[in-house]
Amino acid sequence: MTVAYQRKPVLWDVDYDAPPNRLVAIVGPNGAGKSTLIKACLGLVPRASGQVEFWGQSYRNSRARVGYVPQRESVDWDFPVSALDVVCMGRYRRIGWFRPVTGTHKAAALACMDRVSMRDYAGRQISQLSGGQQQRVFLARALAQEADLYFMDEPFAGVDAATERAIVDVLRELKSAGKTVMVVHHDLQTVPEYFDDVILLNMRIVAAGPVRDVFTKDNLHKTYGGRLTLLSEASDAVARAAGEL
Amino acid sequence: MGAAPPSTLRGRSIAAISEDWPSAYQVVDTLTFQAGFNTNMVIAGTTLLGFAAGVIGVFALLRKRSLMTDALSHATLPGIVLAFLAAGWFGYQGRSLPILLLGGTVTGVIGIVCIQAILRHSRLREDAAIGIVLSVFFGAGIVGLSYIQANAAAGSAGLNTFIYGQAATMQPSDVALMGSIALAAILATLFFIKEFALVCFNDAFAQVDGWPVNTIDLIMMGLVVLVTVAGLQAVGLILVVAMLIIPAVSARFWTDRLWVLVLIAGVIGAFGGYLGSVVSALLPRKPAGAVIVICTGAMFAVSMLAAPSRGVIALALRRAHLRLRIASDHLLELAHDSGKVLLHREDIDRLSTLRGWSPLFRMLVTFSMQQRGLAQSDGNRGLTLAPTGLQRGARVARNHALWSQYLISYADIAPNHVDYSVDHVEHVLSDDLVRELEQHLAKRGIAIPAGETVSA
Repeated sequence: MTVAYQRKPVLWDVDYDAPPNRLVAIVGPNGAGKSTLIKACLGLVPRASGQVEFWGQSYRNSRARVGYVPQRESVDWDFPVSALDVVCMGRYRRIGWFRPVTGTHKAAALACMDRVSMRDYAGRQISQLSGGQQQRVFLARALAQEADLYFMDEPFAGVDAATERAIVDVLRELKSAGKTVMVVHHDLQTVPEYFDDVILLNMRIVAAGPVRDVFTKDNLHKTYGGRLTLLSEASDAVARAAGEL
Repeated sequence: MGAAPPSTLRGRSIAAISEDWPSAYQVVDTLTFQAGFNTNMVIAGTTLLGFAAGVIGVFALLRKRSLMTDALSHATLPGIVLAFLAAGWFGYQGRSLPILLLGGTVTGVIGIVCIQAILRHSRLREDAAIGIVLSVFFGAGIVGLSYIQANAAAGSAGLNTFIYGQAATMQPSDVALMGSIALAAILATLFFIKEFALVCFNDAFAQVDGWPVNTIDLIMMGLVVLVTVAGLQAVGLILVVAMLIIPAVSARFWTDRLWVLVLIAGVIGAFGGYLGSVVSALLPRKPAGAVIVICTGAMFAVSMLAAPSRGVIALALRRAHLRLRIASDHLLELAHDSGKVLLHREDIDRLSTLRGWSPLFRMLVTFSMQQRGLAQSDGNRGLTLAPTGLQRGARVARNHALWSQYLISYADIAPNHVDYSVDHVEHVLSDDLVRELEQHLAKRGIAIPAGETVSA
């Protein structure tokens, strides 16, 4: 698959087969095309060439099984809805056209808010939530979609410690429920701790596979060029994590 | 008025103009739907239109398309003119509202398509594209209008009303058309409210979730087009945008709930439509659109100033309240640190100078401290702190110490630089945050004892 913006390719010949039931981190420097990769998979940006298949089928036929957490900054949080209203949006495709949100669906949405410890904030207007709480609302909405494959765009960006813990817990829950999650991630140090697989991306796939095999100093160097100052620290973290595993 | 000087304005005396004003009876009759069938129908129809415009306007606002609706309404003029000419060529004399509105709809939609095309094929931004389309289409319409008027085609005089709007001169059949379009638009909006909200809030998510975002967008914009076109004759194309946008932004000050927002916007729009058509009925030469805009504009001003949570006054009061609280905290902390129960005038003077308080602000601070039972005035000597005041002082002093210790030990800030950033934080720390600070500091073996209250 190749993706281009205004005819300038931002992703070249990406070829990847996501293994089932794994937590996959998509890692790379700024402008590497991490978000673009997700958006191209979901049909949010046009592909210049190539195709994306989900369980051997086209996206159109399988999107009922796909869930999405967009970047937090991509929406206007001064929107006149409550946190519960936003989570209920994850139920809309089950509710269907025109029909109002019923009590059953509200209860399901509340249960999803519970899983990210946000039930107490259900009635809050969304602009009154902190950045981390907003991120958890987005996560709860994705859970409400009840999908088998999740795409998350920078869920860990700029969140507090409590939110980071909540997200990690949810990721593990999803994995033990047999789901697959692809996460755009920016913090190299936590990759070995949080994820099974990693895609190292810099306008092309530099390397992809299990963290233990792929997340090496050499590959990171290739991905980040010579500008990576975190490199040695991250590799140390990998070594530590590999020792623990 | 008979003694008015014979100065003339377009051949009429000022006295004659003043005779246009309606009597009080007429005003009351019109306001209470007792001014005859036709007038009542116009008022009811315009009120309904106002409600529809307010309701769908909420979604134009939330989808950030406010300005695009302005371009849309201006782009209807060439369509109206062309439809009038085309009807004439086919031998139809006079004006038929449905045909004219159809023409307006066509060029209005073409205008929006042009904006999208400019955005897609150039590097221009949306505001520039809207500016171009709005003025060019409107200019084309004016050229066509002057052509028709120069050739004095039959019935052409009525076309002017589409620019400024003239509710009072509408025929009952025209009003019925306008009213039914408005009603249909209201029902459709309520029908699609869940889908509209989803697309307005997060279109990318909606698309991934399997919703046809483009179709929903099209329906939303289509309803805006319908209401705009329906309102052309009553409100006029220059100002119809105000009926869509002003009620929505005014309502936004009052609520954070979508349903309530839609309802309030509808009511404000309806009220504007009602008042505008009443005035238009009483003063047939006054443009109804302008009256409607002035009415809704007044409601916007009231909303912006007086709304309880988002209004300017409420905001200013909250800010003033916080400033007063912080200032009195400073005084209480000063008393605590110097171990005093009585704050002397000189102490207060010194702090006022240090903090740059105006005499008025200083007076307000001491007054509010007495009001809140933190201190009593001690005549000319100064303020005597009450037990609650002493407690507050101890607490503020402790928060100050906690926070500065935290900055020094966790954020690596040099002790002599800490004071500035501490100054505001200590007043706003919640109980939860104070507990968290205590825990963090305890990890490093730092404990700050609970402040001892100076005994009276």
